[in-house]
Amino acid sequence: MSVEAIDTKAPGNRANVVSGFPQLLLNLFFTIYSIACILPIILIIAISFSTETDILRNGYKFIPQNFSLDAYKFLFIDWMAIVRAYGVQLFVIVVGVTLSVLMMAFYAYPISRVDFRHRSHFSFFVIFTMLFSGGLIPWYIVYVNVLHLKNHIWVLIMPALASGFWILVMRTFFQNTVPSAVLESARIDGAGEFKTFLRIVLPLSTPVLASVALFQTLTYWNDFFLPLVFITDQKKYTIQYLMYKALSNIQFIAQNPTIASEITRSGGVLKLPSETVRMAMGVMGIGPIIFAYPFFQRYFIKGLTIGAVKG
Amino acid sequence: MESRTEAATVTLPPKLKVKKPSLMQSLRKYWVFYLMMLPTFVFLIINNYMPMFGLIVAFKNYNLMEGFWGSPWNGVKNFEYLFKTKDAWIITRNTILYNFTFIALNLIVPITFALLMNELRNRFFAKVHQTFMFLPYFLSPIVLSYAVFAFIGDYGFVNTTLLPAFGLEKIQFYFETKWWPYILPLVNTWKSLPYYAVIYMSAMLSIDEEYYEAATIDGASKWRQMRSITLPLIVPVIVIMVLLQVGRVMFADFGLFYLVPRESGMLFDVTNVIDTYVYRTFLVFGDLGLSVAASFYQAVVGFVLVFGSNLIVRKINKENALF
Repeated sequence: MSVEAIDTKAPGNRANVVSGFPQLLLNLFFTIYSIACILPIILIIAISFSTETDILRNGYKFIPQNFSLDAYKFLFIDWMAIVRAYGVQLFVIVVGVTLSVLMMAFYAYPISRVDFRHRSHFSFFVIFTMLFSGGLIPWYIVYVNVLHLKNHIWVLIMPALASGFWILVMRTFFQNTVPSAVLESARIDGAGEFKTFLRIVLPLSTPVLASVALFQTLTYWNDFFLPLVFITDQKKYTIQYLMYKALSNIQFIAQNPTIASEITRSGGVLKLPSETVRMAMGVMGIGPIIFAYPFFQRYFIKGLTIGAVKG
Repeated sequence: MESRTEAATVTLPPKLKVKKPSLMQSLRKYWVFYLMMLPTFVFLIINNYMPMFGLIVAFKNYNLMEGFWGSPWNGVKNFEYLFKTKDAWIITRNTILYNFTFIALNLIVPITFALLMNELRNRFFAKVHQTFMFLPYFLSPIVLSYAVFAFIGDYGFVNTTLLPAFGLEKIQFYFETKWWPYILPLVNTWKSLPYYAVIYMSAMLSIDEEYYEAATIDGASKWRQMRSITLPLIVPVIVIMVLLQVGRVMFADFGLFYLVPRESGMLFDVTNVIDTYVYRTFLVFGDLGLSVAASFYQAVVGFVLVFGSNLIVRKINKENALF
C-alpha cells in the first residue's frame, strides 16, 4: 500500500520529543481512532455475508456466525440490473471527468495569463457563481423544461462539468508554475497560443490536472442527487442510486421484474432476505473506491491543500 | 511556500505597459483564448446564470401551462405564506444551529488531532493513521447513511449488542427526535475531521522549528509550547477557515440531512433544513410557491454572508478570499 500523506514534523532536537509512555498512549489513541474509521465498513461487509435468520435472531454482528452468500445470490438473480448500473456509472465518470477537466483547463489558462486583457472580467464571471446561486428550483426548470433532459443520461454528466472552485485552483497553478519565460520562448519559436497550451502548459501541469480529475471522479462516483432529482427510468440508475433505493425501501429489490418472477416461480420458498441483501447492495457500492483510494491519497491531499491554505 | 505567494502578486504593474491594446488588437491576438473559454462560458450561463435569473419566479404564481414568462406576478405572496408556516422557523433554526455546531466541532477536534499527530515520532505510523482517518471523507453520503443504519437500525449493533450488554432497552432511533442533535454532529465530524486536520497540520508544519528549540532551552513544557507558540501562530488559518464556514451557514449538507435520518417524517423537527425543505416541498409535494420562496430567502441571506465573510478574509490574506 502506498501511503503518502502530510509529513509530521521531523524530530528536530531530541529533548523536545514526546517519548516513552505518553508516546505509546498517543499511538494507542490513533490506532483506536483508525479502527473506528473502518469499523462501519467492516460491519456492513459482515452483515452482507451473514444468514438472514442469524440477523433476525441476534442482530448485526461484526463477525458472521454462519458464513453465507445468500444475499449475493439473491441480488445476482437480476445481475443485469447491477451490471447496467455499474455501466451507467462508469460511462458518466469517464465522459464527465474527461470533459470537465478539459473544459476547466481551457477556461483557466486564459484567465491565468497576465497579458490577457479581459482576464479579470472572465475571472469574475466564474467567481460570481460561487457567491450567488439560484438554488434548486430554477435550476431544475432549466434542465427539465428548457433543455428537456429529464431521464436523459446527459443530465447525470452535465451539471457537474465545471466548478468555479477548481477553475480558480487551476488558474493559480498555471500562474505560479508555468514560467513566463518558457511561454515567451515558445512564442518566439512561432508556436501559436493553442499549441503552446497543449504542448507546454498542459504537460507541466499534470499534478493539478490529476488532482482535479480525481476529485471530479469522486464527485461523479459519490453523486446521488442528480439521479434522485432527474431519473425515474430504471435503466439509467447508477450504482449509488440503486444503493439509495435499497436502503430507503428494500422491497424495491423484490419488485424488480426478474426477481419477482423468480420468487413467484419458487412458490414461496424464495423470500427476500431484506437485512442482508440491503447490506450486500451497500458492499456493491463501496467496492471500488475503498480499494482505489489509498493509492491516490497523495493527490487527494494535494488537491485539498492546494485549494485551501497556501502557507 | 513564500516564493509562491510572491509569484502570485508580482504581476506586471500597469505603468510598465506602453499602452493598452485596443479591443480589435486584443481580439486578433487572443481569439484562440475566447474560443477555448467558450464551452465553460456557455455552460455557466446555462447551469448558473439562467437559474439566478429564474429566481424571480419567487414573485410569480408559477404554473406549468403558462410557463416562466406567462405566469402572473403575485408580489410577495409566496413569502407571506412561507413565513406563516412554522416550518420557516424550524428550517432556519436547524440549518443555522447545526452549522454553528459543526463549525465549533470542526475547530476543536481537528486542531486537537493535528497537535497530537505532530507529536507522533514514528512517521510511518502517522501516515498509516492518516490513511485510515481519511476513509470517511471519501465515502458517499449513501454509504454514510448505510454505516449509521448498521449501528442504530432496529437490528443495529447498538440495539442488539451494546445496549443489551448494559441491560438497557432498545432505542427506536429513527422515531425519537432527541438523539439526532448528537448523531448528526458526530457523523459530520467523523467525515470532515481529516480535511480540517490536514489543513491545520500543514499550517503547523510551516512554523519555524527555531521557536520550539528556543522554548525547549528555556524549559517550556510541551503544553506551554502548544499554547504559546503553535496555537497563536496558526490563528490566521483558524480565522480564515471559520469565516469561510460562517459564510455558508445558510446552506446545509443535503446528503447528510436527507439520507442519514432516512427521510423519517417523525424526525423532521430536528432534521429538516432549508435544503431538504426546498427539495421535499418542490419535488415531493409539488408546491413551487413555498419552496421557491424558501430558496430565494436562502440565496439572498446566503449571498450576504458569503460576500461579507470573504471581504473579511481578504483583509487577512488575499490569497484565501474568492475575490
